[in-house]
Amino acid sequence: MKMRTAAMVAATTSLAFTLAACSGSSDNGDGSNTPAPESSSTTSDSAMAEVAGEITVLTNRTDLVDTVFADYKSTFEAKYPDVEVKFEAITDYEGEVATRMSTDDYGDVLLIPNSVNASDYPDFFEPLGSVDELSQTYRFIGSEANFDGQSYGIAITGNANGLVYNKKVWADAGVTADPTTPEEFQKDLQMISDNTDATPLYTNYADGWPLTQWESDRGGVTANANAVNELADTDAPWSEGMDHYIIDSLIFDAAAAGNIEEDPTTTNWEQSKTDLGTGKIGAMALGSWAIVQMQEAADDAADIGYMPFPNQVDGTFHSVISGDYKNGINVHSENKAAARAWIDWFADESGYATDQGGISPRLDGPTPDTLKDFDAAGVEYIELTPPPAGQESLVSDIDNAAEIGLWSPDYRQRIVDAARGARDETKQDIFDDLNSKWAEARASVEG
Amino acid sequence: MSFFSTPVRPNAVRAAQDSRSGRQRFFQGATPWLFLIVPLIFLCLFTLLPVANMIWYSFTEWNGLSKDKEYVGLGNYIEFFTRPELFRVFLVSLYYFVASFVQMGLALYFATILSFNTRFKNLFKGILFFPYLINGVAIGFTFLYFFRPGGTLDASLAALGLEQFQQQWLGNPDLINFSLSGTSVWRYMGLNFVLFLGAIQSVNPSLYEASSLDGAGKWQQFRYIILPSIRPIVGLSMILAISGSLAVFEIPYIMTGGANGSMTFVIQTINMAFKFNKVGLASAMAVILLLIVLIITWIQRRLVPDEKVNLT
Repeated sequence: MKMRTAAMVAATTSLAFTLAACSGSSDNGDGSNTPAPESSSTTSDSAMAEVAGEITVLTNRTDLVDTVFADYKSTFEAKYPDVEVKFEAITDYEGEVATRMSTDDYGDVLLIPNSVNASDYPDFFEPLGSVDELSQTYRFIGSEANFDGQSYGIAITGNANGLVYNKKVWADAGVTADPTTPEEFQKDLQMISDNTDATPLYTNYADGWPLTQWESDRGGVTANANAVNELADTDAPWSEGMDHYIIDSLIFDAAAAGNIEEDPTTTNWEQSKTDLGTGKIGAMALGSWAIVQMQEAADDAADIGYMPFPNQVDGTFHSVISGDYKNGINVHSENKAAARAWIDWFADESGYATDQGGISPRLDGPTPDTLKDFDAAGVEYIELTPPPAGQESLVSDIDNAAEIGLWSPDYRQRIVDAARGARDETKQDIFDDLNSKWAEARASVEG
Repeated sequence: MSFFSTPVRPNAVRAAQDSRSGRQRFFQGATPWLFLIVPLIFLCLFTLLPVANMIWYSFTEWNGLSKDKEYVGLGNYIEFFTRPELFRVFLVSLYYFVASFVQMGLALYFATILSFNTRFKNLFKGILFFPYLINGVAIGFTFLYFFRPGGTLDASLAALGLEQFQQQWLGNPDLINFSLSGTSVWRYMGLNFVLFLGAIQSVNPSLYEASSLDGAGKWQQFRYIILPSIRPIVGLSMILAISGSLAVFEIPYIMTGGANGSMTFVIQTINMAFKFNKVGLASAMAVILLLIVLIITWIQRRLVPDEKVNLT
């Protein structure tokens, strides 16, 4: 009997754990709806409050925490001698921190996890100031990490979106200019496939998350800053001419033509960096943050180029720029003034964004070298329009209800599978199915 | 309850003991519980409480983070049972279920062979049990390299001149579940093997001697001595196999993340909770999985009752 019980407990509790462990005592949270405007005065007072004490900073950069971040710490502590900074680097940042947020102990300064709904910000983070005020100085304030007119996070760096590619491979294949239409892009991939040994377009299917990088191109494809908000107004995001249709068709067509990796299920992200650098891969769709990493893995950093999504509107390329993770302050922090000082210092003085090849969070920050290719191609940057008040989480609510997962790899894996013949569906079948799920979810969410 | 009192004692002592206060007897009764208190606290804190919590979540609509959970009664359960696509993943479990019989067959075969006098017996025992000791993540990555195009498997086939059998072991949707369940067999056979071997070695050796005097061959010894004596262990392995194949998670999650038709029930549950933030529905699915395992176990115990085995 004991053996049997043990067996069953073993089989089921592990699941119970993962599901249950992430809640803790969250529902008896005191003052769960702290009115935001009231606390904004606290932050404007922060200059008066003493910048002192110990702060813990959570970061996802396990690779930099002992080197670059140690330097930041000494520079910052030289400026604010009463503050002691501690770092906690977390490998599975997104998953671990979201779980920890059900307790009070999630650092003083942390990168706001992407999975937090806008409407939950006031429960977890200290407002940094009004959107109107902060957006005078910083980028991405209006479009991200805000709720009810208050901003809750300042980006650590910003990214443009497009495709990293190996210039040498493209030149060897005989391609001379950035493709300006999806059709031209497909033709170029075919040329790479015919004339070189490289895999023309690498999807990184198995790792999954690289497939979600395509999602960042929405808006830039059709040069429509309001594209994401408009998702909430349409029953069919996957109809001709819309961002998702163009992006996902591009993936489907490339896969259907056999111009992606031979067996997508066994790809490897770390390996793909070297392969792009050494000319075994033609291109990958990634944010501009990846350029530096690719250059490091390349034989010759000059081989690595960056091209915008191949779709011009009125003869111009467009690329969406968006904030990376945003630094926010734990609402339970005891040294909020010191935490605030760190956030401001990180955005204004640390130089993190520039060092990482990203767009500075400051409006007056420098343009990074990594985006020189974009300057040459005359790419216009677009910042997405923030959602209207009260609809901050509407699109993600619809997405969750539909179980499509715009930001999870699953539905694009399905597209790749169908295109390479591993699923019995046509492109139109998938788009019809996605559209009907979207319409249904939209009806249920908007009531 | 009389763990600590020696049963046979001189009369005088026993009389003296009986006259002691009830307090003493209370402590004697409580002793085992005192020893058990720590494990019991752990059991409640880390097993029963989370399960109770999970059951409560399954009646709510909750995104996993918000402070407020909305009570929806049986809503999540109704949603689950009215969405047939959520059931379809159980078909994938069938691959693992069938594979677990292959696994038990192989384990039984090796355990029997190695319970007789075989050359390099201990070496083979070590080799067979070794995979079970390896971390599941490491196994996932090893087999990713094993199955990838031009990987170990393809290279071995080429070395044997069998190039025509090379194919996309994970890329082919008709093959992927065979590849993954094969990996699972490789990993877990060692455990079955050790369980069986232990049971076989507890068989009284004189039985073999007696049976061979009666002219029994190895097969007859297996059929009429070994198999009946290890029936309880085979029964246990069956339950583990069934619950294991319903709750497959680690290997497909690490190797494919459930892509290309390898989605299992548990991966689907995890996705529901953490990708689509439907913790309520996911908890309901977890509770349903728990119930299914309990019911199957109960049926299995009904069909194959637990008998005391006594061959001597």
